[in-house]
Amino acid sequence: MTPARRRRLFIVLVVLVGVGVAAALGLTAFRKNILYYYTPSQVAAGAAQPGRPFRMGGLVAMGSVQRVPGTMTVHFTLTDMQKSVPITYTGILPDLFREGQGIVVHGSLDGNGDLIADEVLAKHDEKYMPPEVAAAIKKAKEQQDASGKATNP
Amino acid sequence: MIPELGHLALMLALCLAAAQAWFGIVGGQRGDAVWMSVIRPVATLQALFVLSAFVALAYSFLVSDFSVQYVAENSNVLLPWPYKITAVWGAHEGSLLLWVSVLGIWTLAVTWLSRHLPQEFAARVLGVLGLISLGFYLFMLTTSDPFTRLLPAAEQGRDLNPILQDPAMAIHPPMLYTGYVGFSVAFAFAVAALLGGRMDAVWARWSRPWTLTAWLFLTFGITLGSWWSYYVLGWGGWWFWDPVENASFMPWLVGTALVHSLAVTEKRGAFKNWTVLLAIATFSLSLLGTFLVRSGVLISVHSFASDPKRGIFILAMIGVFVGAALTLYAWRAPTLARGGGFQPFSRETLLLLNNIFLVVAAASVLLGTLYPLFMDAFGLGQLSVGPPYFNAVFIPVMAPFFILIGIGPYVRWKHGDPKTTARTLRIAAVVALLAGILSLTFIHAAGFLGLAAGVLLAIWTGASAFIEPLTRLRQRMQGRNVSFARATLGMCVAHFGAALLVLGITVTSVLGVEQDVVMRPGDSITVAGYDFHFDGVHGVQGPNYTATQGVFQVSKDGAPIATLRPEKREFASVGNETTEAAIEPGLFRDLYLALGNSLDKGAWSLRVQYKPLVRFIWLGGIFMMLGGLLAASDKRYRRSREAEGTDPATVEQV
Repeated sequence: MTPARRRRLFIVLVVLVGVGVAAALGLTAFRKNILYYYTPSQVAAGAAQPGRPFRMGGLVAMGSVQRVPGTMTVHFTLTDMQKSVPITYTGILPDLFREGQGIVVHGSLDGNGDLIADEVLAKHDEKYMPPEVAAAIKKAKEQQDASGKATNP
Repeated sequence: MIPELGHLALMLALCLAAAQAWFGIVGGQRGDAVWMSVIRPVATLQALFVLSAFVALAYSFLVSDFSVQYVAENSNVLLPWPYKITAVWGAHEGSLLLWVSVLGIWTLAVTWLSRHLPQEFAARVLGVLGLISLGFYLFMLTTSDPFTRLLPAAEQGRDLNPILQDPAMAIHPPMLYTGYVGFSVAFAFAVAALLGGRMDAVWARWSRPWTLTAWLFLTFGITLGSWWSYYVLGWGGWWFWDPVENASFMPWLVGTALVHSLAVTEKRGAFKNWTVLLAIATFSLSLLGTFLVRSGVLISVHSFASDPKRGIFILAMIGVFVGAALTLYAWRAPTLARGGGFQPFSRETLLLLNNIFLVVAAASVLLGTLYPLFMDAFGLGQLSVGPPYFNAVFIPVMAPFFILIGIGPYVRWKHGDPKTTARTLRIAAVVALLAGILSLTFIHAAGFLGLAAGVLLAIWTGASAFIEPLTRLRQRMQGRNVSFARATLGMCVAHFGAALLVLGITVTSVLGVEQDVVMRPGDSITVAGYDFHFDGVHGVQGPNYTATQGVFQVSKDGAPIATLRPEKREFASVGNETTEAAIEPGLFRDLYLALGNSLDKGAWSLRVQYKPLVRFIWLGGIFMMLGGLLAASDKRYRRSREAEGTDPATVEQV
């Protein structure tokens, strides 16, 4: 092999090894850290495994917000107008958290089907509804219409 | 009347941009002296028209002309006047106008500062810039006209989003765009070189100051954005791996690779193909960033699909520009001469590794940013890729990268000598190892190993950045007349900035303290040795908001340090509420306090944070920017054409 070729081979090898290692690292990290997004209906149907974190969007059900006095713990339910999931969250709620508002929570289910949230997100606009929430409500309505038609032909 | 004039100015700018593209590219190819002689006046006029359109929109904001729809949606009579101007780029249409105005300023700069370039080359560069301007004018006038009238006029504007009413946010977009758009100049230089078939060390020398200037503005813009999110979003985070941030970070990473690759092309005539590809890639990523942020695709692919006109236009524009540039490259690349050879241990190899690490890092960010969008667009489920992914990929890629930053400047071009390099760097290595071992004393902190590794890398990079300037200084003091190029000093300053950045990130991530607490007036708590006493809350009236303000006395060991007044602001005009954190700043630590929620019996939930060395993060960004400024102002880049013509060692006609 001429020195020029050897040099080129060396460079190609360095590049390949580097890119290979990076790709392996990246894809492993990727698989481990993908965060799925579910709707309350999907969670009620058992889509999420207890203990595995995920995100869920919905509306804060009217009259469901209960604070535990003297602490930062709050209980509420998140609904897509079809199914509701009870949420427990300890921490600071975002500025626009209120009943009827569309929000997204991040957390995982405990053994009883309650969602223990470690993050509650609301956008900086009172008319804003997370698009996932709007889609979930629409989807749930469509399913309801479809099943309604199926039972009453 | 004024809005109509602005609209007219945009249309005239469009026509002139078309002329600029035609005269520049076709005239440059034909070598037509008459056509090339009109290119500068045409480009100047084009830029002046777009800048007057910008002034027209700014004027409409200043006089609160709510018969202009864009003004009505983004301003308010009560808005303080500086924010009326910054509201110009508060939403989609205006930020596009800012984009093309910045491009106009860059075009003016190229027009003025390109007289030393060969006429054909300067004409081609301006022609390519004209083509880019043309694309954006078409985009604006067909899909996003900021001057659309609202009839009947609104009585009151909707107001600017409150979180944008802030000094840092006022200058963040212009800085960021100056960087983004500046890479279109680097792109234009690359395309002009491909068109002319001349791609050599001289070309790299012409391109370098422009690329460096774009890079330093982008660096500053990203730094400002990070600082802004730290104190405005209310929760003390300085980087979220949010798609909007990633959109500006990807061109930065590839642009950094480009700055280094250009150095090789200038000094050694090597890496030409690679440099051209990087210039194209950086510009493409800038366009992609514009697409991601401005098409609505990030809010939801569904909202994008329901109004796809804008997004499709930008995507098509990316397709046309990148496709054309790559086709041109494929056609011209075989004619490019190979550069000088080099040994495995040489500065070329190290800079090649630098480029690989940066491009791999950019690719991993691209994957994490686009993958969720693709999954959603093809109905394969909704998912997101959060900070854990980015941290897991980024940190292992950056660690070896920072080892190399320390070594690279002390390896000779072409054929390095490992022994000389080792001798030069031994003190830096010892200092870094000592610092790493010393930081092991924080053994009680979770992640203390990461802390030690981060400190070691930061001190290594920082110490290495001092060797070159100190050596030169010593030689001068010995009376030797050594030259020290500003470009080299700039490199040292920028590398030192990178070291500060790593130190700040590591220390604040590992040793920072964050506590969410419930307090009543009269309560005290202690966080990281600082005592916070809650006096109470009271109401405050702002120009366009009302606020609830908390008052806290901070002391340490009984000595008072500061009074912190965090606020919750309510903006009646948009029905919005924001959290205004109170910060006690310091070079070595910040104390950060934000009001959470009002609870029962006068109690409040609060977030109290102690953030050691957090300012080093932005200080690092500023040093990198200054390094870029020093390098871009090197007098080597201001040499006249005549001087270059007599420099046969670097001229290489292809």
